[in-house]
Amino acid sequence: MALPILLTKGLIILVIFGISLLIATYSTYAERKVAAFLQDRIGPNRAGPWGLLQPIADAGKLFFKEDFIPSQASKWLFILGPSLAMFTALMSSAVIPFGDSIRFAWDNVNYDVNVQGIEINIGVLYIFGVVSLGVYGVMVGGWASNNKFSLLGAIRAASQNISYEIALGLSMIAILMMTGSLSVRQIVNEQATFFEWNVFTQPLGFIIFLTCSFAECNRTPFDLPECETELVGGYHTEYSSMKLGLYLFSEYINMFVSSAFISALYFGGFHYPFMNEVNGALEKSMGAVTGHNLATAIGFLVFFGKILFFIFFFMWVRWTLPRFRYDQLMNLGWKIFIPLSILNVVVTGAGLLYDFKYSSWLIVVVMTVLAVMSQAKAPKQQVVPQRTV
Amino acid sequence: MTEFLAFFKTLTPTGYLFLLLTALTVISAMGVVTARNPIYSVLALIATFFCLSGHYILLNAQFLAAVNIIVYAGAIMVLFLFTIMFLNLRREDEEAKTNLTKIASVIVGGTLMVMLIMIFRAKSSQLPVGSTVGFEPNTGMVENLGHLLYGSYILPFELASVLFLIAMVGAVMLGKREAGDRHF
Amino acid sequence: MQPTQDVLIPEVIQQIPLTYYLILSTVLFIIGIIGVLTRRNAIIIFMSIELMLNAVNLLLIAFSSYKSDSAGQVFVFFIMAVAAAEVSVGLAIIVMIYRNTRSIDVGLLNKLKW
Repeated sequence: MALPILLTKGLIILVIFGISLLIATYSTYAERKVAAFLQDRIGPNRAGPWGLLQPIADAGKLFFKEDFIPSQASKWLFILGPSLAMFTALMSSAVIPFGDSIRFAWDNVNYDVNVQGIEINIGVLYIFGVVSLGVYGVMVGGWASNNKFSLLGAIRAASQNISYEIALGLSMIAILMMTGSLSVRQIVNEQATFFEWNVFTQPLGFIIFLTCSFAECNRTPFDLPECETELVGGYHTEYSSMKLGLYLFSEYINMFVSSAFISALYFGGFHYPFMNEVNGALEKSMGAVTGHNLATAIGFLVFFGKILFFIFFFMWVRWTLPRFRYDQLMNLGWKIFIPLSILNVVVTGAGLLYDFKYSSWLIVVVMTVLAVMSQAKAPKQQVVPQRTV
Repeated sequence: MTEFLAFFKTLTPTGYLFLLLTALTVISAMGVVTARNPIYSVLALIATFFCLSGHYILLNAQFLAAVNIIVYAGAIMVLFLFTIMFLNLRREDEEAKTNLTKIASVIVGGTLMVMLIMIFRAKSSQLPVGSTVGFEPNTGMVENLGHLLYGSYILPFELASVLFLIAMVGAVMLGKREAGDRHF
Repeated sequence: MQPTQDVLIPEVIQQIPLTYYLILSTVLFIIGIIGVLTRRNAIIIFMSIELMLNAVNLLLIAFSSYKSDSAGQVFVFFIMAVAAAEVSVGLAIIVMIYRNTRSIDVGLLNKLKW
C-alpha cells in the first residue's frame, strides 16, 4: 500500500505548502487593495493588469536592496530571528484538515488519503506548541539588533503573546470539552450539521479566540510591537532587504494559518449546509471514486472561501480600528478575557452535564443585558451650549 | 569498544536517530553551561528541550512531548528570555570563579557520573526489558493519561492548582514595586 | 490512510537497552550539577536546575515506557507543573535581587543584611 499513498501524501503536502506561500504573497496585494478601497483610493494598479504583478515586483525590490547588519549586533542571532519567524509560521499549517479525503483505486482496492499534512491525535496541542514558539523569532531578532526601539518592541511582543496565549488556550478548551478529542479533523467532523458549528454553540469562545488570534499575529489593533508612532519600526527597525521581507511574510502566513484555524475550529472547516445530500448525489451520478473526489474538491473550495473571508476580515479590522494603548491591551487580556474564558469553560461544562449544548449563549445574553442596563443607568450627558465670547 | 561497535551494526534507522538525538542533547546541554552570554544559554536550553521532546516521541509519549514543548519551550523559556532582556544583561561582566573551583567542581561531577554509570552497568540485568508480552502501546496517549489524572491522581492534580495560585500570588507580591522603590 | 491496528512496541524499546537512557540522563544531570557549581550568574544556575529536572523527566518517561506503566508519565506531568510554578517565583526573586544590588551575581549575596 505504501508507494501510491506516500506519493499522494507528498503531493498534498507540497500543494498545501505552495498554496500557503501563494496566499501569503497575494495577501500583501489584497491588503493594499482593501486599504485603498476603504480609504476611497485606487491602490496598486501599475504592475500588470490591475496591479496583479505588484507582489512580484515588491519581492524583486526586497531582494536587490542592501542587506545591512548593524556593527554592534550579534550577527548569528540577527540572522536567526527572521528564519525562526518564518519557520514557526510555516510549521503550523501541517495539522489543518483542508478537505475530506482523496480516493483512488489501486489494484482494485479503494484508498482514501486525507487532504491534510499529518493527522495526529494531539493536533490541538501541536497548534498550541507552535503558536507559543512563534514569539522567539520576534524576541531574538529584536534583541540581536542592539537597538532600544527593537528591544522594546521585542519585550512588548513577548508579554503580549504570553498574555493572550492563555485566553486563546482557555477558549479552545471549551471546544475540546464538547468534542472530547484533541484531533483537529475530529473537531471538524463533529460540526457536520449547520447548527452544530461551534460558532453557534460557543459564541463567546469564538469572540475571544478571534480577538486573541489578532493579538497573536501582531495585527492592528494589537500591533504594539511594531507601532511606528512610538517605536519607529518596533522589532524590525534595523532590518532591511529580504530579512525584513521574511518578517513581513511570516506575518501574512500567520494570518492565513489563523484564519484557517478559525474556520476549522468554529466554522465547520470543509463542511457546508446540505453537504451530505450533495455528496450522495455526486457519488450516485459519477461513481464512488470520481464523485467522492469531486465532493472533496467542493469542500476544499468552501474551506478556502471561509479562509479568504477571514483574511479579508483581518484587513477590514486593520483599516477600521485604531491601535490600543499598552495598558489597555494588558487590561483587556488579563482582566476581561481570561476571567470570561474561565467562566465560559465552567458554563459549558455545566451545560454538558445537563445535555444542553448552547449554554454559552447564557453568558452572552447576560452580558448584553448588563451592558444595556449600565448604559441606561448612566446619567445623560447634558449638552451645554458653548458660549462664544 | 568492540562491544559497542557490534551493537552499532545491529541498529535500524530508529536506533541511529536515537544516537543522533542523544549527541545533540548532550552538546546543547553543554552549551547551556559553557556559553558566555546568557541569551545563548537560553537558546541552547531550548534546543535541549526540543531534543528531549524528540526522545519522548521515540518512546511513544506523545502527550508529554507536546506538553514539554508548550510548557518548557513555550512558556518557561520565554520568561527566562524576557527577564534577561528586561534586565538587559548584555555585558559579559560575570567574573568567573577561580580555576581551582572550576576544576574541583568538574572533578566532583565527573566522579559522581562515573560512579553512577558503573552502578547502572553493574545492575543492568535487573532493568526491565521491552517485551511484547502484556505490552500496552497506549501508555503515553492522551486518553489514558487523562483517565489516570482525573481518576487515581485527582487529589495531587487539584493540589497542583493550589500550588499555582500560591506561586501566582507570591510572584505578584515579590514583583510589586512599593512606593519609593526604583524603576530598575 | 488506515491507522495500523497492530501497534507494536516502539522500535526504540526493542533496540536500545534501558541502560542507555540511564546513562544519558546521568550525563544531563551531571552537566546540570557542574553548571550550578561553576557559574555565578543566578539565571544560568536556575537554568542548570531546569536541566537537572529534565534529566529526571527523561528517566521517568523511559522507565514508564519500558514497563508500559502510565504512572511515571503522570509524575512527569506534575514535575512540569511544579517547575512552572518554581520558575515564576524564582524569576521574581531574581528580579528583586537585581533591583537591590544591580547585579545577579550570586557571589555578591554573601551578607545577611545590607
